Amino acid sequence: MSEEVLKIADLQVSYGGIEAVRGISFDVKAGEIVTLIGANGAGKSSTLRTISGLVKPASGKVIFDGEDITGKDPTAIVSKGLMMVPEGRRIFPNLTVLENLKIGAYLRKDDLESDIERVYGYFPRLRERSWQEGGTLSGGEQQMLAVGRALMGRPKLLMMDEPSLGLAPIVVQDIFEIIRQIHAAGTTVLLIEQNANMALHVADRAYVIENGKIAMEGTGSELLSDEKVRAAYLGTTAN
Amino acid sequence: MKEKKISFQAFICISILLIFVIILENISMIFPSLPQIFAPTSPLFTVLKKAAVYSLVAVSMNLLNGFTGLFSLGQAGFMLLGAYTYAILTVPSAMKEQVYYLFGGCAFEFSLLDMFEGIFGSAGFGGAVSMILACLIAIILAGCVAGLFAYFIGIPVLRLKSDYLAIATLGFAEILRAIFQWQKLGKVTNGANMIKGFPTFSSFNITDASGNTVLRLSTFVPFLISALCILIIVLLIHSSYGRAFKAIRDDEVAAEAMGVSLFKHKMLSFVISSFFAGVGGALFAMYVANAQAKAFTSVMTYEILLIVVIGGIGSVSGSVIATFLYVACSEWWLRFLDSEQYVGAIKIPLLRNGFRMVVFSVVIMVIVLFFSQGIMGNREISIGALFKKRTPRAERKQ
Repeated sequence: MSEEVLKIADLQVSYGGIEAVRGISFDVKAGEIVTLIGANGAGKSSTLRTISGLVKPASGKVIFDGEDITGKDPTAIVSKGLMMVPEGRRIFPNLTVLENLKIGAYLRKDDLESDIERVYGYFPRLRERSWQEGGTLSGGEQQMLAVGRALMGRPKLLMMDEPSLGLAPIVVQDIFEIIRQIHAAGTTVLLIEQNANMALHVADRAYVIENGKIAMEGTGSELLSDEKVRAAYLGTTAN
Repeated sequence: MKEKKISFQAFICISILLIFVIILENISMIFPSLPQIFAPTSPLFTVLKKAAVYSLVAVSMNLLNGFTGLFSLGQAGFMLLGAYTYAILTVPSAMKEQVYYLFGGCAFEFSLLDMFEGIFGSAGFGGAVSMILACLIAIILAGCVAGLFAYFIGIPVLRLKSDYLAIATLGFAEILRAIFQWQKLGKVTNGANMIKGFPTFSSFNITDASGNTVLRLSTFVPFLISALCILIIVLLIHSSYGRAFKAIRDDEVAAEAMGVSLFKHKMLSFVISSFFAGVGGALFAMYVANAQAKAFTSVMTYEILLIVVIGGIGSVSGSVIATFLYVACSEWWLRFLDSEQYVGAIKIPLLRNGFRMVVFSVVIMVIVLFFSQGIMGNREISIGALFKKRTPRAERKQ
C-alpha cells in the first residue's frame, strides 16, 4: 500500500527564462488519490505536463514505478502506464466516441472489448452516444469521454488536469463521484484542481502549490480545516 | 461481421464499375452506329482517363491534408519524380538513342521492358506479359522513389507547422522541377525535353495479328490501378493508423498525450501520400504519353488542392466525385465557352479563347464562398445506404 508509484524530486521547469516550477518534490503512493491545488499560474499544469513528457524539465527527476522517466518522450511514458486527462478535455471532435476511446488504447495491442465495456459501465451516457462525433457532446459528456479515453490505456497512474474546468456544479459532482469509483476499483489518481473544496474532500493527501513551490502538504481533511487554506482557496473565513 | 459485409459490397461495386468501363470503351466497336460520343476519340474517354489519374492524386493529397491535417503542397513534385522514374525505367533501349538525341544517348541503358521481353519474348502473349510486368514494377518503383524522397524531405520539413509546411513543400516541388530541367543532367532526364516512347495506356489495347484493335483497355487500366490504390488508402484510413492520423489532425497535443508519436505518424502519412502521388505521376505520364518537367508546375498542385476542397476535405468519395466533375468541366463541358458561338445569326458576346477559365474561376469562387464544406464535407458515400440494407443515419441517433 505504501509503495511509491510516482516520485518527483526537485523538479524545475522554465519557459524561455520564466520559471514556472521552482523545485517541487512530492510523491504518490499506490492506491492513493493525491491532489495538487493552487491558483492560476502556480505551476500545477506545468508539473503535470512535465511528468507526461510534453515539456522537458530544466532539472530534477521524475521517477515512475521505480524507473527514471525524466525527459522521455510521451509515447514511452504512456506505454509504461501513465495516462493523462489533459486540461480542457481535448477530446478529438471529429472522431466518434468509440474512436476516441480506441485512441486512448493506441499503444495496446491486446483485445479492447472488456475495457470498452468497463468505460461504458462507468459512463452509460457514452454508450448511448458511441456513434456520435466527440465535438457534438456536451461539456460534461466530453469530460467523461476524456476520462474514459485515459482509462482505456489501463493506467497504473491516472493524472487529471482540472476535470471540473468549465462544468456546472452538479456535473462536477458527477465527475468526482466517478473519480471515487475509479479509485475504488484500484487506480491510483493524481488530481490537479482549482476547485479545492471538491478536490480536498476526495483526496487522501494534498499539496498546495504557490509560485512554483510547494507551500503546504497534508491529508485532505487536514488541509480542509487549515485556516490559511480556507482563506485562500475555499473562500471561507475561519470562525 | 458488418465490416466484412460492407467491404464485400464495396468490392462488388468496384467490380461492376470496372466492368462497366470496359463495356463503355468497347461498345462502339460492337455497335458502330452509336453516337459520336462513344467513339474512342471522344472527349468522354479523355475525361475518364485523366480523372482516374487525378482522383488517385487527389485522394493521396486528401490523406495528408484532410486526414492527417498536414497542409502540404508538394504533390506535383512527387508526381514529377514518379513520372520520370516510370519513363526512364520503361523506355526501350532501342528507343533511347532517338529520345536522348540532344545528349548523345542516355546514361541509363537499362530498361525494364527489355529485361522482361528477354525473358518472355516480345510478341504475342509473352509480349503482353512482359509489358504488364514492366509497367507494374515501374509504377511501383515510381511510387517508391517518391516515397523515399518524401522520407528525406520529411525529416526537416515535418517539424514545421501549417503554412510553413506548405511553403517548404511547395518550394521543394519547384526545386525538383528546376533540377529535372537542368541541361547538365540531360543524359538522365533529357533536360527540358520530353521523354517518350514508353508504354502508355493505349499500349494495353489488345490487337490481333494485323494490328486491328480487338479489345480496348486503355481506359480500364487507369481505372483499375487508381481503384486499387484508393482502396489501399481507404483501408489505411480505417485501420488504427488512420485513427491516429485523424487524432493528430483533431488535436496534436491530446494525440501526443495518448501516446501517439507525432513525428512517426506524420512521416508515415507523408511517405504513403507521396508514394501514391508518385504512382499518380507515373499514370499521368502514361496518360499524356510523355514525361516532361514543365507539366508538373505548382498550378497542377493547386488544381488538385482545388479538387480536394471542392470534394470536401476529409472525404475520399468526395475527392473522387469532385475529380470527375472538375476534369469533365475543364476538358469537356465548358469547352464551348472557348470558341465563338452563334445563335441564329447573332454572335453570343464574350465567348472567345480563354473565357472558359473566367467562368471556371467564378464557379470555383462561388463554391468556396457558399459551399465551403465542399460536396461531401467530411462524410463518405455509404455503400450500405446505397443498398438500403443499413441506415447509418438512424443508427447514429442513439
